[in-house]
Amino acid sequence: MENTIKIRATLENGVTTVKLQILHPMDTGLFRDAKTGNVIPAYFIKELRCEHNGKLVLEALWSIAISKNPYLSFSFEGGAAGDTVKVSWTDNKEISGSGETQIS
Amino acid sequence: MSKLSRRFLLKGLLGAAIAALATALPRFAFGAWPEQAFRTKNVPDTLQALFGTASVITDTKGITLSVTDLAENGAVVPVTVTSTLPAVDSIALMVDKNPSTLAAQFLLAPGLKPFIKTNIKMAETSRVIALVRSEGKLYSTNKKVKVTLNGCSS
Repeated sequence: MENTIKIRATLENGVTTVKLQILHPMDTGLFRDAKTGNVIPAYFIKELRCEHNGKLVLEALWSIAISKNPYLSFSFEGGAAGDTVKVSWTDNKEISGSGETQIS
Repeated sequence: MSKLSRRFLLKGLLGAAIAALATALPRFAFGAWPEQAFRTKNVPDTLQALFGTASVITDTKGITLSVTDLAENGAVVPVTVTSTLPAVDSIALMVDKNPSTLAAQFLLAPGLKPFIKTNIKMAETSRVIALVRSEGKLYSTNKKVKVTLNGCSS
């Protein structure tokens, strides 16, 4: 899964703010296909982890109630320009993806 | 006591010590997806499933929940939670009237700002509840959001 995640990490006054968006349908399992009338099975990201220089800083546990193409922003102290911020996720079909960026 | 049984006892003690240590460690490092919690249909059950207690302090000063009063489209409702409480290690978002109450839980390592911004889905007009754990205690605040277009099912 390439190019499915966009991450930006910016440092301001000693605080690094991470903004990310993942391309994912986040199907609830409650909608029906308009053409076939069949229920579209639930398909959603369950877990997302964010590492700063290899250290786990945030873990998100998600349900179907997170919007399609999930957006997340959070921030932490102690980052420096050039540090690596890595985000990885796994969905309920055990498909995973990841991406990383440098703090700027 | 024979040598064998002493060794057995020691092993048992060691095992118990490891088990105790594992439970004492913060959930953060081993956050398994809390399936039970995501099945709950009301706030007390969610809290019980996530934290083993339903006792929560309502705190409208220590937690700021920014969410619109009127959501045209329940499929994308931007929510921001910030807090002035110390040592926040968990932020959870709940929606009273969604098919499942718990929308998401965020586990924060030390050094993280108590701040989360994301987009959630809402099935109908409901309260959005932000729950924050600070120094082992649970605090929450909520806001009613009117939804004009259901974002969960057709």
